Amino acid sequence: MKPASALAQGFPDLSGMRIAREPHWFRWISAALILLVLAAIARAFANGQIEWSYVSRFLTAKVILEGIVNTMVMAVLAMMLGIFLGVVVAIMRLSPNPVLKSVAAGYTWLFRGTPLILQLLLWFNLALVFPTIGIPGLWSARAVDVMTPFLAALLGLGINQGAYTSEVMRAGMLSVDIGQYEAAQAIGMGRLRALRRIVLPQAMRVVIPPLGNEFISMVKATSLASVIQYPELLHNAENIYYANSRVIELLIVAGLWYLLVVSILTPLQMLLERRFARGTLRLAR
Amino acid sequence: MTKPLVAIRSVAKNFGEFQALNNVSLDVWSGEVMCLIGASGSGKTTLLRCINQLATIDAGGIWLDGELLGVREHGGKLHRLSEREIGRQRLKTGMVFQRFNLFPHKTALENITEGPTQVQGRKADEVRTEALELLRRVGLAAKADSYPAQLSGGQQQRVAIARALAMKPMLMLFDEPTSALDPELVGEVLAVMKELARSGMTMMVVTHELGFAREVADRVVYMDQGAIVEEGRASDVLGAPREERTKAFLSAVI
Repeated sequence: MKPASALAQGFPDLSGMRIAREPHWFRWISAALILLVLAAIARAFANGQIEWSYVSRFLTAKVILEGIVNTMVMAVLAMMLGIFLGVVVAIMRLSPNPVLKSVAAGYTWLFRGTPLILQLLLWFNLALVFPTIGIPGLWSARAVDVMTPFLAALLGLGINQGAYTSEVMRAGMLSVDIGQYEAAQAIGMGRLRALRRIVLPQAMRVVIPPLGNEFISMVKATSLASVIQYPELLHNAENIYYANSRVIELLIVAGLWYLLVVSILTPLQMLLERRFARGTLRLAR
Repeated sequence: MTKPLVAIRSVAKNFGEFQALNNVSLDVWSGEVMCLIGASGSGKTTLLRCINQLATIDAGGIWLDGELLGVREHGGKLHRLSEREIGRQRLKTGMVFQRFNLFPHKTALENITEGPTQVQGRKADEVRTEALELLRRVGLAAKADSYPAQLSGGQQQRVAIARALAMKPMLMLFDEPTSALDPELVGEVLAVMKELARSGMTMMVVTHELGFAREVADRVVYMDQGAIVEEGRASDVLGAPREERTKAFLSAVI
């Protein structure tokens, strides 16, 4: 029988006892093995045919620094164009209008379905198709003068990015509860105002991690613009090694710069995420 | 002769094969508190959503304040109004949702000021003063800068009521405003609604709170299968129902 108000006997008192630390032998062994492999690789590179003095000399060369500036300018501008197009296309895609819907779907299909490098080459060689471009009666110019490497890279990268960003934006907008649209409508908002004031700010929270990912891809994708003579980082590094034949050294220089930029971008993305997490439980607590 | 604030005439609404509303006609008079009761799927929520045009009706017509909603008669045909005109008509009604639907990225105060400043284009400081007064009225003056996630369900719903009131509507629509609340939080929301009813606001309330209906409603409408089965004074419909279906429903819920 159960006594009225006493705990049952036979269970030892565990108070004052700690949970013992496990030795984790496997972690120590695997860490040691990995360090060994890394040391071997480092040794191989140190003894390999690499003149490290060239790496350090060209790391801060003027042409390389100009290259990284051009890379960043292009990445930021193309991303801005991409986000602008992405938002517009995502809104078109979710509109009830079948014409807007098909245009948006067609855009995504076309620019996601062809290689980026091919699109860059097409933009750059637009002059072969249209020797002169312009608005009839108002303005015209020779396409070769207008379609500079800068403009071709911007259009190629930005429009391609827009196709990807539109899908990210669409996912973000779909993640916002339908009740939010209804609440916005109930206080008299039209579709576009509801999107701008209510839905998009909430979608941003979902969209920023994938967009940060896309921007990091964009920084590296600008290197493709080297094929159309845009003087970004890789293109300038190539120009140097065409002259001095230090191919690996200069590729390492470029690689280090890309790594540095991406390493700086990651914490920036976290700051942005925090900004758009306003009002969510994670922050409230 | 005065006209009803809301006149609903022969309204039908289908969702595919399902008939959500079937030949519904009803008047709501200014200053009246009407409770709509009935089982899930009986069409009471749909009727409310048709009045503020979150749902479009398939047949019949709804007049609010003498104005036909959603369509215009022209050349013997009905033409749908533009989004802008529908938005203007919506401003005459305030809607309170079952799941509150507060804007999570805005504070309680910003939720309330959003409509008046963004849609009605009114001055920010004037709207802010009014919004703070509304928050005080629903008992949440201290929560102006809280985000919805920091508020309890009952507090969120009271902010939602203040948000709807900020648009100065002629008619308040409540769609099961206490159904998503923990039982101990229902009372605070009902108290705000009672105060609102006493102030003379015209209200249509879809609810399962028969106690509230008995105490506050001027009229009760019982709906079943998309149609109005019985309507009349609250004490009559709830106390001495005439229809068998009403009797069965009331005995099932009490």
